[in-house]
This record gives sequence, C-alpha cells and structure tokens, in this order.
Amino acid sequence: MWAIVWKDIRLELRTKERLASFFVLAILIVLAWVFALGPERVRNPQVGAAVLWVGLLFAGMLSLRRTFLIEQERGCLSGLLLCPLEPSDIFVAKLIGNIVFLSLVEVIVVPLTIVFCGLPVSWSLLGLPLLILLGIIGFSALGTLFAALAVRTRAGEVLFPLVVLPLLVPLLLSAVQATGALLSGGDWTGMWLRVLVACDVVFVVAGWLLFGQTVKE
Amino acid sequence: MKKLAPFAETVLPWLSCVAMLAALGMIFVYVPTERNLGVVQRIFYYHLPAAWNAFAGFVIVAGASVSFLWKGERRADLLARAAAEVGMVFCTLFIVTGSVWAKASWGVWWTWDPRLTMTLVLWVVYAAYVLLRQVGGDTEHVARYAAVLGLVGVVNIPLIYISIRLWRGIHPRVESMAPSMAWTLLVCSGAFVVLFAWLLWIRLRSLHLTAELGALRRQAWQVWER
Repeated sequence: MWAIVWKDIRLELRTKERLASFFVLAILIVLAWVFALGPERVRNPQVGAAVLWVGLLFAGMLSLRRTFLIEQERGCLSGLLLCPLEPSDIFVAKLIGNIVFLSLVEVIVVPLTIVFCGLPVSWSLLGLPLLILLGIIGFSALGTLFAALAVRTRAGEVLFPLVVLPLLVPLLLSAVQATGALLSGGDWTGMWLRVLVACDVVFVVAGWLLFGQTVKE
Repeated sequence: MKKLAPFAETVLPWLSCVAMLAALGMIFVYVPTERNLGVVQRIFYYHLPAAWNAFAGFVIVAGASVSFLWKGERRADLLARAAAEVGMVFCTLFIVTGSVWAKASWGVWWTWDPRLTMTLVLWVVYAAYVLLRQVGGDTEHVARYAAVLGLVGVVNIPLIYISIRLWRGIHPRVESMAPSMAWTLLVCSGAFVVLFAWLLWIRLRSLHLTAELGALRRQAWQVWER
C-alpha cells in the first residue's frame, strides 16, 4: 500500500504537473475574489475564510479528478487491481497521496491568502493547519472515490465537479464557519468543528466501503 | 413486474385521476381558508405531499442502489433511475410551490430557510444524478457511478441537515391542524402517492422496453453479420 503512495509521490515530484497547476489556480481564485470584492471587503474574517475554502475546493477539484487519470494510460489500473491488495487499500493509498498533495500546496497558499486578504495575524492562527487538514481529508475522500468512477465514464471529467460539489456542502459550510470564527478570534472548537469531523468520518468510511464496488470489472 | 402490469396499467391512471380531482375539490371547496395566512395557504396541500414524494423517490434510489451494487440486479438499477427522475419532478414542484408561497406570505421569492436550503441542495445532488445518467450513456460503469452517487447522496442527508440547521437557526413548524385541514392533507397525500406510483411505473416500463430494444437490436446485428 505504501508502495502505491510512494510511487504517486515520486511520479508527482518528477513531473510536478498536478502540484504546479493546483498552486497557480488556487492563487488565481484568491486573486479573482480580491478583484471582485475589493481589498477592503476581503479583510473581513468571514469573507477571508470563504476565499480560502472556495479557492481550495475549486482548485483541488481539478487536481483530484486526475487521481486515476495517470492509471488509465496503458491499463495501469488493471495492473493495480491485480496486485495482492484489497481495493480498499488502493483507496487508502490514493487518499493519502491526495491529502499529501493538497496539504503541500496549501502550506504555501494559505499564508499567501492571509497576506493578500490582509487578514489579522494572531496566535489563534496556530489552529488553522488543523482545520485545513480536516477539510482536506473529507474533500480528498469524496474526490478520490468519485475520481475513480469518473475515469471510466463518458464526459466524466465534466461531470466530476457537478457530482462532488453538492455533496461537499456540509463540509464547506462547517469549514468556512469554523475558519471564520478562528480568524476573527472567536471560539472555533464548537459545533462546527464537530460537524467537520463528522463529514470526514462519513466520507472516508463511505469511500473505503464503496471503492471496491467502483473498480469492479 | 409482469404480475403487477394489469393492475398498474388499468387501475393507476384512473385512480390517480379520481384522487387528484377529489384533492382539488377538497382544496378549493371543502377546506376553509386559513385565518392568518389567507387563501395562499391552500398551496400547502400540494407543497407538503410533493416534498414527501421527493424524499420517497430519493429513499427508493438509495435502496435500489444498494441492491444493485451488492447483488448486481439490473432491475434495481432501472428502478433507481426511474425513481430519481420522478423524485426530481416532485422536488422541483416542491421548490416552485414553496417559492410562490414565500412570495405571497413573506414578500420574497426565496429565503434561506433551512428546509428550502436543504431541498435545494438535494435538488442539486439529484440533478447531478439525472445528468450523469443522461450524459454518461447506458453502460455498466455509469450504472455503478450513479449507484454510488445515490447512496452517498442519502448518507449525506443528515450532515446537510445538521449543518444547514446550525447555519440558519431553527424556524417555526406546523404545530396543530384543524380536522378539515388534516383530512384535505391526507387526501392530497394519497393522490400524490398514487400519481407517484403511476409516473414511476411509466418510466420504469419505458426503461425496460429500451433495454429490451437494445438487446433485440444487438441480436439483429449478429444475425445480419452472419
């Protein structure tokens, strides 16, 4: 299982196509927000949280849907399925890979967003990595599951965001609300954090259970 | 399905026709006008049954998806597809009647009321489902994709519910109803259930016929090539 994770990471480090495109797109979305709303308005912590998460989700969407595209070429997916592994292990491996990629990029994008939006910097920002990581876990779980389905469907690439975004509504709501509370210095460990964790658990378990059904020949 | 056919094809259309007429009669003639909300409250008798039908449709989608994914029954897949489409129709009806009602009583076409918001989110999930079915084509992979989507969509409902409740606070609900209103609601719900069953039947049969036609066409090609 770790071999798959390591293979994906090495492949990505050599080509850097997913990392680079995700990074540039995430920054562009943040810029689009700032231009659309004006620099004064994005200073509001609630708006800043929205900018952060919408950027992450939309840019991440493009990155996640490529998860299985590299396996599609020359029948690599069949090769993976022939490995002495449970399909759920492949899911976990791909999920870990996606979490690592998204986190790597967010390590740079989040500070840049804070700077561009002029959000208040304080000690409470130390909790932000935890929130981002929790959001990325749930997002990647859904993304990995549906990316596996999308590669074998006509127009799957186009349909992927249409399918994933509505399902992400609870995650987006809870992540934005918790982040907004955190950025404005309020209590962010309340109900919203619990909803966010619940989303993570549900999405990861759903992916883990259903993935075997999706890759069946 | 064969056993049900005579019943569904002769009884359901007439029954839903009569039940709908009875429901309309009760809404416009029998039930008195509500004191606070006025005439527009009568839309309620279409609004709520439509919501129940929409949710029923989505529950059928989830159940049939489970049956398809783990037992591989082709019939279950067709049932899920038909139920999603019919459920979408009622979900749309629910949102439109809700919007009209909101305009009349609150003065706006849309408010981010928790239930309206939740229904809108569900509508988008199932719009993706129906779109996937239309665009993706009629293959085994699409059927699996749709089944996973139908299942995750239903598993997601509690999360959507909780997060939207938290987001918008709690709004008033129906507390008590006069007996005449309850009866009207009951008749309307009955009429909507029959209508739902009939529409589901029509769609299911057309899907079965399409599948049969596809099989026959393939056979014909084989014969022709020989």
